[in-house]
Amino acid sequence: MLFFSFFKTLIDEQVIIELKNDMSIRGTLKSVDQFLNIKLDDVSVVDEVKYPHLSAVKNVFIRGSVVRYVHLPGAVVDTALLEDATRKEAASQASKAGGR
Amino acid sequence: MENTDPALLPSIIFTTAAQLVDCVDKKLLVVLRDGRKLIGILRSFDQYANLVLQDTIERIIVESMYSDIQRGVYIVRGENVVLVGEIEPEKEDSIPLKEVSLDEIYAARQDEINHRRQRELTKNSKLMDIGFSIDTQQEDMY
Repeated sequence: MLFFSFFKTLIDEQVIIELKNDMSIRGTLKSVDQFLNIKLDDVSVVDEVKYPHLSAVKNVFIRGSVVRYVHLPGAVVDTALLEDATRKEAASQASKAGGR
Repeated sequence: MENTDPALLPSIIFTTAAQLVDCVDKKLLVVLRDGRKLIGILRSFDQYANLVLQDTIERIIVESMYSDIQRGVYIVRGENVVLVGEIEPEKEDSIPLKEVSLDEIYAARQDEINHRRQRELTKNSKLMDIGFSIDTQQEDMY
């Protein structure tokens, strides 16, 4: 749930989604779900010549399972907040595992 | 500003359902993991991104040529879906591709497959020469 919440804070930011087949898609992050499926508006494919099939497409839904990387502008990420949230998440995972 | 913070909004708007409901009854391009491109009207979906497409055509694209095959109604299992794109009717008329006959596209595709196989063989033999073992598993083709 941590990265789901993290992505929710990045809505309306410009991101580049790199897929496992090496195709990269630039667009504005509009929506994310628990599987980290991503919806982008106003997309442009990074190497349009190599991937011409998306020329008539403006908005895409990308299945989370095919994403390799999500490239973000560094300025929008609050690393302190992220570290904090990760520590809390790790602590809650550890206590869940210990409790059994 | 607090009540528009997406992290605090009700989670229902951040579900797979919410993402795809706007696409229903629209003409979509679906790219599958085996490299196929389907263009059809989305009639139904679920949380796994299983899709029901109507009036579907399969578009085979090789370099700057394409050819369409009528396919009818598809139920696509979600695990095969790479992406679903909304097709803009205005932009559809100005795609940078040339339509050719099915025979032509099959020939062109066979050429592309042969070239790719040649490159793979050369690459693999070079890798084996320097000590790598070759993974012969066919990966996703998209």
